[in-house]
Amino acid sequence: MSRLGLRHLGWLLVLALGGCGGEADSAVDRATGQAAGKPTYGDTFIDALTGNISGLIPNVLTDSASFEVGSLIYSGLVTRDKDLNIVGELAESWEFSRNCLDLTFKLRRNVRWHDGRPFTADDVVFTYEAMMNPKTPTAYREDFRAVSTVEAVDPYTLHVRYAKPYAKALQSWATWILPRHVLETYVKEGRLREAPQNRSDPIGTGPYRFKEWKPGEKVVLVANPDYFEGRPYLSRIVYRIIPSQATIFLELKAQGIDSAGPAGLTALQFKRQAEFPAFRKAYNKYQYQDNVYTYLGFNLSDPRFADRRVRQAFAHAINKRELIEGVRLGLGREATGPYKPGTWAYNPNVRTYPYDMAKARELLAAAGWRTKNADGILVKDGQPFEFVLRTNQGNDERRKVAEIIQASLKDLGVKVDIQVIEWASFLKEYIKKRRFEAIILGWGIGLDPDQFEVWHSSKTGPDDLNRIGYANPEADEMLEKGRASCIEAERKKYYDRFQEILAEDEPIVFLYFRDALPVVSSRVRGIAPSPNGIRYNFNEWYVPRPLQRYTAG
Amino acid sequence: MLPYALRRLVLALPLLLGITLISFCLMHLAPGEPTDMGSADIPTQSDKEMRDRLRQEWGLDKPLHVQYWNWVTRIVQLDFGRSFSPDARPVLQKIRERLPITLLLNLVEMMIIVTLAIPIGAVSATRQYSKFDKITTVFVFVGFATPDFWLALMLMILFGVQLGWLPISGLRSPTWEYLSFWRQQWDFFSHLILPIVVATFGGLASFSRYMRQSMLEVVRQDYIQSARAKGLAESVVIGKHALRNALLPIVTILGLSLPGLIGGSVIIESIFAIPGMGQLMVQAVWERDYPVMMGNLVIVSLLTLGANLVADLTYSLVDPRIRVAARRSRR
Repeated sequence: MSRLGLRHLGWLLVLALGGCGGEADSAVDRATGQAAGKPTYGDTFIDALTGNISGLIPNVLTDSASFEVGSLIYSGLVTRDKDLNIVGELAESWEFSRNCLDLTFKLRRNVRWHDGRPFTADDVVFTYEAMMNPKTPTAYREDFRAVSTVEAVDPYTLHVRYAKPYAKALQSWATWILPRHVLETYVKEGRLREAPQNRSDPIGTGPYRFKEWKPGEKVVLVANPDYFEGRPYLSRIVYRIIPSQATIFLELKAQGIDSAGPAGLTALQFKRQAEFPAFRKAYNKYQYQDNVYTYLGFNLSDPRFADRRVRQAFAHAINKRELIEGVRLGLGREATGPYKPGTWAYNPNVRTYPYDMAKARELLAAAGWRTKNADGILVKDGQPFEFVLRTNQGNDERRKVAEIIQASLKDLGVKVDIQVIEWASFLKEYIKKRRFEAIILGWGIGLDPDQFEVWHSSKTGPDDLNRIGYANPEADEMLEKGRASCIEAERKKYYDRFQEILAEDEPIVFLYFRDALPVVSSRVRGIAPSPNGIRYNFNEWYVPRPLQRYTAG
Repeated sequence: MLPYALRRLVLALPLLLGITLISFCLMHLAPGEPTDMGSADIPTQSDKEMRDRLRQEWGLDKPLHVQYWNWVTRIVQLDFGRSFSPDARPVLQKIRERLPITLLLNLVEMMIIVTLAIPIGAVSATRQYSKFDKITTVFVFVGFATPDFWLALMLMILFGVQLGWLPISGLRSPTWEYLSFWRQQWDFFSHLILPIVVATFGGLASFSRYMRQSMLEVVRQDYIQSARAKGLAESVVIGKHALRNALLPIVTILGLSLPGLIGGSVIIESIFAIPGMGQLMVQAVWERDYPVMMGNLVIVSLLTLGANLVADLTYSLVDPRIRVAARRSRR
């Protein structure tokens, strides 16, 4: 994963507060201390981040390192529990009106900001105003556009009215709530990024308080004794910023750090290099499905790829199992569509494309690609079938995927040239200008099945995300209906149908969902792997007194 | 002398302006803008409104020459601007934070290189083809051929993981605050050992080669012959007459590597997780953080020009011919 790629992959995961999700929560090592004794306070947890954090007010940031740190400093009204259900955080309870237009939150009464001031509904109103202020440079305004009014009925009751039913209404209140008494002037002046709290001493309501940030070196947090759910067990969290994955691994071997960060190990490290007794003793390894899939995308305005049979042929020609084995050492799962197996919106009964070269040839022939030229390349109307497959630099995995696909398609009689381009240039010159034939990229998916931005035919502008130019009226309809309902059973019907359409059209070849591969020092207890990964209950992690290594009170 | 220095100083100004102009253009030639950088793989809503606002705020919506002019007018007031990255911090502050550690590492590295390279080079020149010379030649080629990152990893594995003598990365232990004063000093120092060894290794190879070459040329000169003919001891001939002359080109190379002192090495900094100038610059390039890139460039060019000026002035002090030539050209 490129540094940039990785960072962006991070945001949804953390925006959903609670980290990565996954359905098959196979902890590799089940000795992960449950039960043994009562949790004890103390010790320092040393984590690694590959990128420097860019600030301390996550609402105006976009990198996963900042979200990781921010999620311990701030809280939202709601969050996700181990099974990915939405549960209250700053909100005690909530209620939707029957038409999905009115949402009323009852807030907790015992919450204090890190500076001791009480938290009230007014702060939530302020956060909403800050997000909607056109001068606030935030990337998450869209979540609140459907809101028509937000009102503090009393200090602990918040009333939100929506102009039309919005499926992600509840989830959007997982956003980090900001303190009015500290940040109001900066928001008014449009200088939220320049606020000193973005650099040091941020004020939140979360389980940890800010201690220090040495840019490029480390961030230190300490337990918040007044946290509304009780003081967290680990007394001190040190995030060390270590850009090199190789160095992180050596630090793990020397037991200089307790975790390889939220991103975890690489497949090679996880499968091969970490497989020796000393490592297994010192660390527990976890494996669960990440919210990211890798795909082979086509420019659908290219007449060759506009033909569905060609895309289907390619899907049949790529051996996904072998691909996962090759680039992820098997640590991934085949994707059949843009939803993760095991989540409620996932539809298992869609058309699949098992590896079948004969079928692939048949489909290509039906599309008019029958004869081969002297070089063994398929020709139609005098034009040989050759194209450039592009991907971004700094992501070895994608480069390897491209190479394997190149080989597979060569068997089919299609010539593929690979080009690897630096991310910013790639985005600007090829993706935004739609000047590509085929690409290898990935999509991070949210915890809500709404994927309007990626697939709807109205989202094909240069800055929009339907980069391949997919347009199918029925799919559009399903997306529109799916996001306008707040009843899960109803939405499920729309998204089931949507997945059938996608599988039939195969606008991109869905390749695989990668596994997240975190490791945590074995002295840390209380970790309970779940579909929501491992970090959702970070506050409950602890180190038994005899195993505590650092003397931080 | 003084008019000459002044003249050079005045001439340096348009040069500096030229450097910044070219850098500015090159920087903008690279595709992608800071406002484009968001939403790699994650379907964030592409908020055009926000992007336009930022472009306007940063002045990216204006024609390039206007942008450059604005930048120049600010820079002459020593206003380096604020970073485009989301922390929006003043550029100078960001540089100030990173500079000390880079300077420290590079200065120490440079001192070690000089103190080791000069004797090594001198000895292998005066004993050309001796066993010592041959061994150092092998060492030099190994030094040239060894990639930084590989050597770094090997040393980390040996001293950090296997032997456990030295810390692997970073500048301080996570428990630094809780150590006694002297333990703190040792802790910091021990973190610097591996990076300095790695950085020194390659530099030592090339510097000792320069020194050997320079020395070889000098010992063949007539005046060395006459010194010997006078009956001076060999140690005086080499140590006094030859060495001093052989050092001249080395001083030039040293002068030219002054700007490198603040450059920082991206590879070494990334592998050892050292928050120095190299990482700052590379990240700025990735994020198209123009103010940080330009701020960095201005400081490096100032140092380069300054170093050149000082070198030239020193020459003219040492060598009368340069002064005379300067005077003639003025007529």
